[in-house]
Amino acid sequence: MLDSQTEMPPLALDVRELGFSYGTKKTLDRISLQVPAGHVTALLGLNGAGKTTLFSLITGLFSTPLGSIGVFGFDIRRAPGEALRRIGVVFQARTLDLDLTVRQNLHYHAALHGLGQRETCRRTDELLDLLGLTDALMEKARRLSGGQMRRVEIARALLHRPALLLLDEPTVGLDIESRADVAASIRQLVSLGGVGVLWATHLLDEVEASDHVVVMKSGRIVAQGAVGDVILASGQTTLAGAFSKLCDVGPREGTT
Amino acid sequence: MRRSESASILHTSKESHGFTMWQYVTCLLAIMGREALRYIHQRERFISSLVRPLLWLVVFAAGFRQTLGVSIIPPYKTYILYEVYILPGLSGMILLFGGMQSSLSLVYDRELGNMRILLVSPFPRWFLLFSKLIAGVVIATVQVYAFLIIARFSGVRPPLAGYFALLPALCISALMLGALGMLISSLIRQLENFAGVMNFVIFPAYFASPALYPLWRIKETSPTLYHICLLNPFTYAVELIRFSLYCQINWTALAAVCGYTLVFLGGAILSYDPALGLTMRRQNFS
Repeated sequence: MLDSQTEMPPLALDVRELGFSYGTKKTLDRISLQVPAGHVTALLGLNGAGKTTLFSLITGLFSTPLGSIGVFGFDIRRAPGEALRRIGVVFQARTLDLDLTVRQNLHYHAALHGLGQRETCRRTDELLDLLGLTDALMEKARRLSGGQMRRVEIARALLHRPALLLLDEPTVGLDIESRADVAASIRQLVSLGGVGVLWATHLLDEVEASDHVVVMKSGRIVAQGAVGDVILASGQTTLAGAFSKLCDVGPREGTT
Repeated sequence: MRRSESASILHTSKESHGFTMWQYVTCLLAIMGREALRYIHQRERFISSLVRPLLWLVVFAAGFRQTLGVSIIPPYKTYILYEVYILPGLSGMILLFGGMQSSLSLVYDRELGNMRILLVSPFPRWFLLFSKLIAGVVIATVQVYAFLIIARFSGVRPPLAGYFALLPALCISALMLGALGMLISSLIRQLENFAGVMNFVIFPAYFASPALYPLWRIKETSPTLYHICLLNPFTYAVELIRFSLYCQINWTALAAVCGYTLVFLGGAILSYDPALGLTMRRQNFS
């Protein structure tokens, strides 16, 4: 587990005692987790573990009935505007407007975050260049491949220079090559921009040894900390083994 | 450095103070621009929004001209042709369909996930939803004016000044019907359910109103239906438009439209409030 007494980078996200239910079904059971700035925190869990609900709560799509969510010290309930302007998010489902061009999609998002025209154009050029999408600027979103759409969504999430990036299974549905491209793009952006990343996934090969991991099962956090610490605490030798043991699933192939 | 200390340092160093007026305007224009682009892409939507009332005006009104006599009632100062009588109702019909079209567009946005992009914007939620409504108001108002110009060429000619006096009435009526559409969109689970809106909202609102026949005629036939018409917000939108077209103000209609607008707007904003979560929870995220 993370040691709160050691020297830590600033907290991009601080979730404390968060609970949520759909009617009588408890989806999140008083969970607490932290995402340090400038680091990737992988949120691992099987389908239905509560990852997407957690993202909906962090982004204010659902209200927080129990516990608190702080984004760089701003409470999502008390100061939603200040918290949201620091968050960039890539949802699990595609959210591009397919009838608009890449440029129109990005400019629309920029305006929703209060960016001026000059800054928007500059950031659009920068990010599309970084993500290898410059040629797609005037393409309609529906003409893009799955991997390109994801990269546009990542560019869009970064347009307003967020300090916290939320990625809800951004590589789901992509082929191996596109997955690798998207993952590499995210890692590159983290190293360049120093943003904190909460990356929900159930694909263990996307987790690197230097990441922090949070393992969720049925709305609860069953382990969190550095990759090595989680593996060690579970008594396994790989992250795949630790994940299988913590989530009570059969043996999985892992890379870490 | 301890975690709490580092967090507080970042808090103060990155603190900002909301958005400027210009940023609000930029956001509003972007939302309006997107709705306009969507409208332009859907040419059939524009054509059908004109063809529908024109069919009523040219075919229905011509057929019923001899059957449905209209006595002298305010704001008219003389006997009028049936086409003249139904012109405000048909203008209201465009607004009604426009409002429901916005409802459809919101449900569509929600299903495709675009709504989430709007709702995670740091601007206040009421402002984002209001901007959506304003975009719908502008589009519906343009449609009505296009219809009125074509109607003028077909011989239905209200006073020229009426076209200008009509603008505020159209805006407030479109806002009311747009807010109603937004409220309805929060209650619709899936796009497929939109057919129900046609049957249970548009048609009853249209037929139980003075759009096609004066209320006194309905009162003579069925006092119950007359009272239902008096509860119908569309009734007041039509009367407000009718009087405005002749440069008069129907104060009762104006008060009713303003009142209904506030109720629907409040309901719509509340329905998209995450504290209530009516809209997003319907998607059953896991």
